[in-house]
Amino acid sequence: MIERSHHDMGGLPAEKVEPGGLDATHDYALWERRVDAMAVLLQGIKPGTKRLVTVDERRRAIEMIPPKAYDAMTYYERWVISLAEALIQRGIVTSEELARKMVEVEGRAGR
Amino acid sequence: MKDHGKYQPLSYFQLMETTLRELLVEKGIMTSEQIDAEVEEMRARTPERGARVVARAWVDAAFKSKLLKDGSGACQDLGLEIPGLKLVVVENTPEVHNAIVCTLCSCYPRVLLGIPPDWYKSRNYRSRMVREPRTVLAEFGLKIPENVAIRVHDSTADMRYMVLPMRPAGTEGWPEERLATLVNRDSMIGVALPLSATARLQI
Amino acid sequence: MQAAKYKVGEKVKVLKAYPLGHIRTPYYIRGCVGEVERICGAFPNPEELAQMRDGLPPLPLYRVRFRQKEVWPDYRGSDRDVLEVEIFEHWLDRA
Repeated sequence: MIERSHHDMGGLPAEKVEPGGLDATHDYALWERRVDAMAVLLQGIKPGTKRLVTVDERRRAIEMIPPKAYDAMTYYERWVISLAEALIQRGIVTSEELARKMVEVEGRAGR
Repeated sequence: MKDHGKYQPLSYFQLMETTLRELLVEKGIMTSEQIDAEVEEMRARTPERGARVVARAWVDAAFKSKLLKDGSGACQDLGLEIPGLKLVVVENTPEVHNAIVCTLCSCYPRVLLGIPPDWYKSRNYRSRMVREPRTVLAEFGLKIPENVAIRVHDSTADMRYMVLPMRPAGTEGWPEERLATLVNRDSMIGVALPLSATARLQI
Repeated sequence: MQAAKYKVGEKVKVLKAYPLGHIRTPYYIRGCVGEVERICGAFPNPEELAQMRDGLPPLPLYRVRFRQKEVWPDYRGSDRDVLEVEIFEHWLDRA
């Protein structure tokens, strides 16, 4: 139950693949593209950027997402959560900073 | 109250993205301009970049030889910007068909080909491609004859993979640009063949 | 920099171990025997990088080729079908 991580799925039974034609890639929303961009900018591979969060730290955080949530979340939903967790782990943001900013953003959005 | 059209409340994930972005910019770790520029760069990375590499390999034997030994170096020789990419190019032959998967997450040569398709990241593909590749390829409509070996590559570490498909018959003398139009993303992942010389391109 | 212990063509066996932490050696390949297809170079250890450590010194990384029929007992395909996986040196022993 615990010795095989949920993400380590090679060889496990699953359903038919649904390729949906050559253009199966859905049109990514701007928020998804921004998650990708932030992750890349934190990796230190672009000129003028420092390595602050490695892809390995983000992967580890994705692997720690509980199985049901992992399966229910989309690719960039997992990325944004793992990015937040990795940033917290690194001390680049704190949970408190996240909380205050989330409340502020929600307030603006009229939630 | 003004009518803004259909109101879409922020999902938890969209809220998190906005939150992180604003915090990172406020802390001076990155700028909005940098984020926007990276978004645009990623938009510009389409499979056409990989198609150029394939087409060049089809017409230039020395390039192809380098490509198979040093994928990243060869792409750079072509003027392609591929930050951090360690590319391994695997060649299809009449005896061997190659296909790529990342069972552990969804590693893919993104800086060369763009964002991977949804099915590549799916549980179904990631689980079954290493175990029953012939059946999975058949689900893509690709039937590999028994006398052709299948080589599945699971990109578990630092290398990223691209398949060099076989050049379609009947394309002798075609210019590179025209050859590149036959090379689709799925043929570079290994779940499809390139378009045939007589195929009509769908716009 | 550490020299690679195994050579191209050498038969190697993946450790049959199931440790915890961030691991990039897939579960399905542990304990399997394959041959070194190429030496990819040396890279920082992802198991350490994931824990915010520097993963140095870089470890040799190999592409190892496995026959599908040896990985899956019920594999139905050609005898010549193979699976190639990148594996770090510390996960490999001589077979």
